[in-house]
Amino acid sequence: MNFMLPDFAPAYPEIFLLVMVCGVLMADLAWGDKKPGTAYLLAQLTLFGCMLITFSTSGPDVVHTFSGMFVDDTLADILKMLVYVTVSVVLVYSRTYISDRGILSGEFFSLALFATLGMMVMISASHFMTLYLGLELLSLSLYAMVALRRDSAGATEAAIKFFVLGALASGFLLYGMSMIYGATGSLHIASVREVIEGGVISQGVLVVGLVFIVAGISFKLSAAPFHMWAPDVYEGASSAVVLFIGSAPKLAAFGFVMRLLVEGLGAMSGDWQGMLIILAITSMVIGNIAAIAQSNIKRMLAYSTISHMGFMLLGIIGANENGYSAAMFYVVVYVLMTMGTFGIIMLLSRAGFEADKLDDYKGLNRRNPWYAFIMLLLMFSMAGIPPTVGIYAKLSVLQAVLNAGYTWLAVLAVLLSLIGVFYYLRIVKLMYFDEPETDVVIVPKGDVKVLLSANGIAILAFGIFPQSLIALCSYAIQHST
Amino acid sequence: MLFGFPLLSLVIWLPILAGVAVLATGGDRNAPLARMIALVGSVAGFLVAIPLYTSFDPLTSTMQFVENHMWIERFNVHYHLGVDGIAMPLILLNAFTTPLVVIAGWEVITRRVSQYMGAFLIMSGIVNGVFSSLDAILFYVFWEASLIPMFLIIGVWGGPNRVYAAIKFFLYTLLGSLLMLVAFIYLYQVSEGSFSILEYHKLPLSMASQILIFIAFLLAFAVKVPMWPVHTWLPDAHVEAPTGGSVVLAAILLKMGGYGFLRFSLPILPDASHQLAGMMIALSLIAVVYIGLVALVQADMKKLIAYSSVAHMGFVTLGFFLFNSYGLEGAMVQMVSHGFISAAMFLCIGVMYDRLHSRQIVDYGGVAHRMPAFAAFFMLFAMANSGLPGTSGFVGEFMVIMASMKVNFWYAFLAATTLITGAAYTLWMYKRVIFGSVVHPAVEEMKDIGAREILVLAVLAAAVLGMGVYPLPLTEVMHTTVDDLLAHVARSKLQ
Repeated sequence: MNFMLPDFAPAYPEIFLLVMVCGVLMADLAWGDKKPGTAYLLAQLTLFGCMLITFSTSGPDVVHTFSGMFVDDTLADILKMLVYVTVSVVLVYSRTYISDRGILSGEFFSLALFATLGMMVMISASHFMTLYLGLELLSLSLYAMVALRRDSAGATEAAIKFFVLGALASGFLLYGMSMIYGATGSLHIASVREVIEGGVISQGVLVVGLVFIVAGISFKLSAAPFHMWAPDVYEGASSAVVLFIGSAPKLAAFGFVMRLLVEGLGAMSGDWQGMLIILAITSMVIGNIAAIAQSNIKRMLAYSTISHMGFMLLGIIGANENGYSAAMFYVVVYVLMTMGTFGIIMLLSRAGFEADKLDDYKGLNRRNPWYAFIMLLLMFSMAGIPPTVGIYAKLSVLQAVLNAGYTWLAVLAVLLSLIGVFYYLRIVKLMYFDEPETDVVIVPKGDVKVLLSANGIAILAFGIFPQSLIALCSYAIQHST
Repeated sequence: MLFGFPLLSLVIWLPILAGVAVLATGGDRNAPLARMIALVGSVAGFLVAIPLYTSFDPLTSTMQFVENHMWIERFNVHYHLGVDGIAMPLILLNAFTTPLVVIAGWEVITRRVSQYMGAFLIMSGIVNGVFSSLDAILFYVFWEASLIPMFLIIGVWGGPNRVYAAIKFFLYTLLGSLLMLVAFIYLYQVSEGSFSILEYHKLPLSMASQILIFIAFLLAFAVKVPMWPVHTWLPDAHVEAPTGGSVVLAAILLKMGGYGFLRFSLPILPDASHQLAGMMIALSLIAVVYIGLVALVQADMKKLIAYSSVAHMGFVTLGFFLFNSYGLEGAMVQMVSHGFISAAMFLCIGVMYDRLHSRQIVDYGGVAHRMPAFAAFFMLFAMANSGLPGTSGFVGEFMVIMASMKVNFWYAFLAATTLITGAAYTLWMYKRVIFGSVVHPAVEEMKDIGAREILVLAVLAAAVLGMGVYPLPLTEVMHTTVDDLLAHVARSKLQ
């Protein structure tokens, strides 16, 4: 038998990351007790290394490797870079929080890196099995991260719920993939596409498979009616883990949607458009209305995530480049906002105090006007009020929806987002209109201070000069396979 | 004209930068510094706006002081500024009001001074942006951004029910403007990728889409004006807002709604405007007649003036939809004049509130005995509010009534009832508050207005009288623009 060594070059970042994670585990085992910061530093270094590798190997060419199971294109490069940056910022925000709570820090960082690896594989997948592999690597790491706080009943419950529902969703996804395989006879995304475009196969089987795949995807995106896990996980898991779950994996999930629905099943867009419309509307209705009733800010943000994902799906409904880049822009903006928001939550929390009740935000403006202002920007951005970047995210998606001819859907989305404004305003109200209940001084560490301020200013700066970010997303979509 | 000099950008960004500088002074320890920067910034904001008037060419209706730069390439959004005879007076009104608000809040605001002053300065710049944007998205950004400072002003420095009022204000206004955004994106599709307002003016549109867009715009602008029946946020917002907030709300923010009709609804949708003019006139007359009667029974002075604002703004929308030059110019004059008068009325009530901490009419009586100078000023503004000839309040109302007489006698008849109800509610309130004998011991203690308050009121009094006696400087700059707008609206855009 003739064995050919595959071209490893496109997968250098993944390989580097894998090697480094093992190193982080070893290092933590060896020095973790004496020098608790080792794992953190190594993790940051790893991410930085990945950035360099991805940056230096990036190019306009589309390279397939591992018998066409793995692809390196511009979309993958850009999404990966965004993932590195996000994870790196998340780790900075989480560091104090984790060490204050004594959550086994070495494990936290290595799980975070494993999850990052999973995301990278998902983003670069050009084969159903690779997609699934990446997804499971990500999911299993996330389940374990949620369960890290093993003495907390809430966290354990959240982890079990997350795991059981997640496993179910993976099952759906696999089942759907097997149906597609049955119909098309291939698991390669490119050949699935060719076969479907050829149009000689049974539509029935394909559509049934598609339904299962869409269900699996919406679980990962936490789109209603597959959202049940999100509020419980957000409330039960520690803020650092929620920040992780809520940020970078959404970028990967977007890549997943692009690979699966657009590149693989793009010819069936007529079928999945209808499904996504239903998912988007239910997500926006459930997310926005349920968020009003919450008194826990993390739970509220879970519902807000659900509604944001619904809004993002609207962009994909357009089924053209315009819509995909709008959706990608929406995800990037969403991640930027989520990072900032959880950054503030962790900033306010300290050992023994989680700052997860809405009332904990009372009078923040009196306690620290600067962080109150950042939170104000974040909330207005989530609500889509200019001059923050949130409005352009909404604008791009609405433009894509109108472009696709769904005027009624745009009006509905706008009215539902109006409901959403109320609960973001409530946070602003608590921070600015109410008197503080505590006068504990907020003392952030140097790096958190700088990064959180930069994050807040980015919301405003991209709100005034959004062109670069929008252009990046368009570029990524235009140059994908 | 100052060629090439970005005057409009300066008018927009100078107050905003000054506002940021004020915010940077930090806590209340630096309050005197914050007040000084705010005063200098707001006066400078007014001074740089003056060349807009002096170098304005009143003989053309094309946009002047134009700046046009690409802003967001992906959506073909431009940073496109320019003013015509409709926008320029409103910018001046705004720039003129800001220093007054800063001075009026000088000693009254003691809590979070820098944030208060900063919010007003930033809002002033944003509102200038609203009046000078020629790109729909730029307009939208400024339009919505103006909500944030006002929301905070009402919510932080407002009265006991301020949270309710602030959130109601925000959500009401946002509801309308979100649909306006959808309409903009729709126009972007129809115009094949342009957000330029001037392009939209030329864009042919079918009747069905004109009517739908008109309704979307109507929701945005009617809430802001506010027209009956979407006016209910205004009394709440006014009653709870601090004096400065009420002044800016009445004098400036309401004008954004009126301006929206002139910049968007009429020129972009001329056929729908004609088609729906009957409805618009009916709504305006309801505001004039019915809201006037509602004002009559108010026990709270601020609420009374708030309702009177709704009634006066009814004249503005009435004037717009009569489609003759008297009506349109009258409406414009009414907007500017209402800016002066309502600002003055709210400042007068603020003067009394600062002393007695009540806005209820029954808590006063005999104020003239203790505050004769104040009573004189208040008298003038009350007369202006009821439309006495010789004050600016008369000019606009008279022009609009004349215009409606040309269209239909009954329009004019109903509009003219305001001369009775307006006088009744304003002067009756004045009588109960100012005249009579001093009943309440607290009134006995009230001190007459000081130099700071006299300055503010005297400036406004001069403006009200000046415009009432000699409105030509205002009407001449808008004349060409108004005629051109009317000619434009008369042409059908149907194909």
